[in-house]
Formats: sequence, C-alpha cells, structure tokens
Amino acid sequence: MTAMENVLHIALVGNPNSGKTALFNRLTGSRQKVANYAGVTVERKEGRYTSPTGRSVRVLDLPGTYSLNATSPDEAVTRDVCMGRFEGETRPDLLVCVADATNLRLHLRFVLELQRLGLPMVLALNMCDAAAKRGIRIDVEALQAGLGMPVIETVAIRHRGTSELVRRLDGPLPPPTAMPVAPGADLHAEVSRLLATAVTVPRRTARIDDALDRFFLHPVFGLAILSVLMFFMFQAVFAWAAPLMDGLDAGVSAVGAMLANVVPPGLLHSLLIDGLIAGVGSVVVFLPQILILFLFILFLEESGYLPRAAFLLDRLMVGAGLTGRSFIPLLSSFACAVPGIMAARTIQDPRDRLATILVAPLMTCSARLPVYALLIAAFIPKQQVLGAFNLQGLVLFGLYFSGIVGALVVAWVMKKIRKDQNEHALLLELPSYRMPNPIDIAIGLWERAMIFLRRVGTIILSLTVLLWLMSSFPAPPDGATGAPIDYSFAGIIGHAIQPLFAPLGFGWEICVALVPGMAAREVAVSALATVYALSSTGDDAAGQLLPIIAGQWSLPTALSLLAWYVFAPQCVSTLAVIRRETESWRTVALAAGYLFGLAYLASMLTYQIARLLT
Amino acid sequence: MKLPPMRLSDLPYKTPATVVEVEDAADSDPIARRLRDLGFVHGEPVRVVAHGPFRRDPLLVQVGFTRFALRRAEAQRVRVTPDAA
Repeated sequence: MTAMENVLHIALVGNPNSGKTALFNRLTGSRQKVANYAGVTVERKEGRYTSPTGRSVRVLDLPGTYSLNATSPDEAVTRDVCMGRFEGETRPDLLVCVADATNLRLHLRFVLELQRLGLPMVLALNMCDAAAKRGIRIDVEALQAGLGMPVIETVAIRHRGTSELVRRLDGPLPPPTAMPVAPGADLHAEVSRLLATAVTVPRRTARIDDALDRFFLHPVFGLAILSVLMFFMFQAVFAWAAPLMDGLDAGVSAVGAMLANVVPPGLLHSLLIDGLIAGVGSVVVFLPQILILFLFILFLEESGYLPRAAFLLDRLMVGAGLTGRSFIPLLSSFACAVPGIMAARTIQDPRDRLATILVAPLMTCSARLPVYALLIAAFIPKQQVLGAFNLQGLVLFGLYFSGIVGALVVAWVMKKIRKDQNEHALLLELPSYRMPNPIDIAIGLWERAMIFLRRVGTIILSLTVLLWLMSSFPAPPDGATGAPIDYSFAGIIGHAIQPLFAPLGFGWEICVALVPGMAAREVAVSALATVYALSSTGDDAAGQLLPIIAGQWSLPTALSLLAWYVFAPQCVSTLAVIRRETESWRTVALAAGYLFGLAYLASMLTYQIARLLT
Repeated sequence: MKLPPMRLSDLPYKTPATVVEVEDAADSDPIARRLRDLGFVHGEPVRVVAHGPFRRDPLLVQVGFTRFALRRAEAQRVRVTPDAA
C-alpha cells in the first residue's frame, strides 16, 4: 500500500460455514458489490467501510475454502488472491481469518496453513456466543501467544459484534508471524497442541444438532420432512407469486395502455408497446417467483438444512450423473428454469453444476402450462379411463413425466460421454443448525434481484426487442390480405423452415408462431392468435383459438406440438440465464442445440407414430 | 486388546473408532489429500452417525468437532480401528 492512497485492502478468508459472509455483511452493510472474478464463474464480493479514524477500508469476501490445495475453482481463487497471483486483484494488505469458535479443530488447520504465506493476519474467532453456550472455553491470550497473531472474538450476527475487530483493524498492521509452522511439519499435530493449551470442550457436538439430525436425517422421517418442506416451497412459489405476477403484469399493461393513448398509432407505438413494454414486462414478471424461491433457498441454506437435503438425496442423484445438491435447482425449475439455474450456484463442483444447468430446462416450468392447456383442451377428449382417471389429466401428467425422464436420460448420457470421468467427491460438511439472520437473508435477496434485473434483464430485453423487430418488419404491402406477421422476417423464416418441420406435422402457421414464441413459451399462444389474424390477442386469445385449431389441425400435429414443448428451448430468458451463469456462449449453444435436437426427435416420433395409429 | 483395522465404509453405525490412515486410490489422489486436510489423520477419533436413506449411502461421519457426508467410495479410503469397548 502506498502512502498516497490511504486505503486498506483486507480479505476475509476462512473455511465454509465459518460465518464469514455474515461478518462481511456486518462490516460493510449495504456497501457491497457483487460481480464475478475475471474469467471464472466464481462470485466476487467486495465492500467498503470507513474506520473510526476515517480510513477507507476495502473488504474482499473470499470464497470459503478448506485448504490451499484447491479442489474447485472457487478455492483456487482464494488461493491465488492470497498469494497475490490472481491477475487484476491487489494482494490484500491483511488477511482476516475467520474461524468458527465451535469448530476449531478443523478451522485452525487452515489458519496455520495461511500463516505460511507471510501476510499480516488477525484471527476473528466467530460465533463466540454459540461456543459459550455450549460450554466451550477459549483462552484467547493463550491462543494469541500460540499462534503469534492477534485473536479477536466476534459475533457476526449481533449488531455490535464486530466493533472490537473494527477497532483493531484501525491501528497499525500486526507484523506477519515470526514463527509459522515449518513446511512439511504436521499442521494437525500443531492444532492439537494449540487446542490442548487454549481450549476446553465439554462435548464434541452440540446436543441440539444431534437431536435435530436424528429427525432430519432419519431414513423415513427425514424424507417425509423434506417432501413436506418442498411441497410447501413449491406451493408458496405458485400461490404467493401468482397475485404479485398478475399485479406486475397488470401494471405493465396499464403503463402500455397509458402510452398507447399518448403515442399515435404507427411504428413508434408498436415499438414502445409491443416491443419495449412487453419486453420489460417479460423480465419483471419473473421477479416475484425469483424472490420467493430464493427466500426459501436462503433460509434453508443459512439454517444449515440445505446440505442435509443434499445428504438425503445424493444417492438417487448420483445414479443419474448429478449430485444431491442438484435437487433444489431442479425442483425450482418446475416453477421456472431461470431461478432454478441461478440456484445452481449452491453447487461448488463445476462439472456437477454444468450438468444441473443443462438439464434444468427439461423440468416442466409454469410457462408451458398455457400451451399445454390450450392443446389438451382442443384435442384430448374429457373422458374417464380405467374408471377413475381423467384422460386430460393423464396427458398432462405424461408431459411432466416425460420432462423428468428426459432430464434423467440426458444427465446419464452426459455422465457417460463427458471427457472428465474422474471421481468427484461429495465430502460435504453438515454444519451446525443456526437461526438465519433476517438482515443476511435480505442482503442475499437483494443481490439475487440485482443480478437478475441487471445481467439477465438486459439480455432478455434486447432479445425481446429483436424478436419484435423480426415480427414487425417488413410491413405488409398495400392491399395484402393475410396477417401482417406473415410478411415479416418472422413470417419469412417460418415459411422457410416449414419444410424442415413437415416431418413433425407442423404447418406454416405453427412455424411462423414458433419464431416470436422464442421470447417465452406462453407467447406461443398469442403468437398463434396473431398468425390466425384474430382480432384479439389478449386474454381470450386462447378461447378464440380453440375452435380454429381444433378444426384445422390433426390430432398427430397437436400431439407432436405437445412433445415439442416438452423439450424445445422456446425461451430466450432461459438461454440468457445460462449465458450469465456459465459465462459461455458455447454452453448456451450446447443447451439450445441438444434441446432442439431432442424436441425434433420427440416430435417426429410422436407425429409419425400417431399418424400410423389414427 | 487391539482390534484389526477396517475400512470406514464398513464401520458399524455409531461404533467409536480411530483413524489409522487415508489410502490413496490412485497416484496423488486429490480426494485422499482433501480427506487428510479435513482431519482424517492418524489417531483422530471417528464415528459413523447416520446413513443416507438409499442403499445406506452416503455416510455421515463425525471427525473432530465436524460432521462430513462421505460417499462410500470416499469412506473406503479411510482405514480405522474400532476402539476396544
């Protein structure tokens, strides 16, 4: 650090579950910036605060790490930043090691390993309140002497729990320890020696954790509790989000209507209302689902339950080439693949994370329902089969089921063909149960909302406007009789690809509707309405479409289109979020490519078989 | 009385045991190395405190003050001796 810029760079570093991020939130409050480290999809969190003497302190919250022998990209980031060899990152002036006071046997080893780097360090002994409650007594003086660095007790979840740390960081930097453990010497033995001199532990585990785990990890009760929790979460996402989404939708429409009155009909009118407003609407309408879903996920994560769910389901998911941690993202994708793919951030292993992201779009999201509902109502008779079942319901179930089977098969095939056939470990720590802190959850929610609106929103918005352009230009010639969309680029593309889709039984009307229908699956319904030049493209479009398609399409065509929608990536938002979360257009192309391929195959098989049978 | 060493994956539920060593499954096995970093080292007390509901996999292992979920293939690398009762 130069004397010119009086900024202190500190980095928080420690094991996962050390309460590092809570400490970061307490130090920096809302003055945080979340981005990615250059070139990797590892989240970079930086914040700042001003010390009591007016010094500006920049705080980097490094990814939780067990060891400098990195086994994942986020651990490699921590290692490289601490060693000062991460390009574009300043080497920290001081490391604040965060250790959970109730878990020192594990956490002190990493502290000793970090000491060898020769940086000034302080140890924040976090969760001292929990340690005291469990009767763990820590002789801070003895620990300080043994480690040769300042040791400060913190309680990150309490309001003033970090004031002592802030005060100490305001003084002169402590010198790097004069006596790090020699290279090659056994760090574990050193930890045991330190614990013997400075720490008394009446019991190795918390009674409450043992009791809760007997329940939550029970082979029967554990799975039952998980099912109930997931059912409740799923219900909440649908039931609580629906009114909010309708409200947002109505708000966006109202703004559109207001603008429609002001702006004269014409090109600008269409761009504003059908392009921009509709585009913004298609972005913000996801927000309630994302926030509610992440409220649950953050709560489960902070409370320590999420790794337990992964523990319960790991065996099932491994068989399909996934991991226990894939479960929550995949379940979320039944509401919407966008938050589902964002939730895949909880998977550390890049290979497992990629596999989860790639199959998430196969889960039947809520946006497919309008399309399914229209086609089922038009073509599947309302009759009872086998006495008790409704045929329409059975078809709907079949569609959901095909998505799940498709995902399992795709994940399994990926497992078989990928280059990296190495064993990837689970090695999952089940931390102590904790009461989540509302402020930490609020900050987490805020971050997710911002990531979504800023990063994903911009891509979705530009693609929606692009699709509008394609559907509006060129304008129909004078005296044209068909629907205007028929003369646009979308129409031209639709007509051009029709031969390709003939084996699937798709007429040109469907092909034209598929183009603007890329914006979102439910747009397909209004796009079909536009193609059939209906006067209404609003809410009762489905009602008006029903008799038309029931009269004009054959049953095999309808079934084929249903099969198409089980697999096809008819959703730019999903592709946009894959791009954002993997930082790779190649992955987007891979996802879109295999999904289209699968959709084409499934539709063709459905159409040809149905034609033989009918 | 000293009991013969066995693999952590075969250790009966809730039987107190002591780690002998972690064996590399291959040359410079990163998983074995990580197990050692996490505290699976000679002399450390371990116990299997739970099993996953499907095929009793993964195992939940208490080592030090911490509980780790290990798949069977991971637990096979750890050799332990059950403590004499």
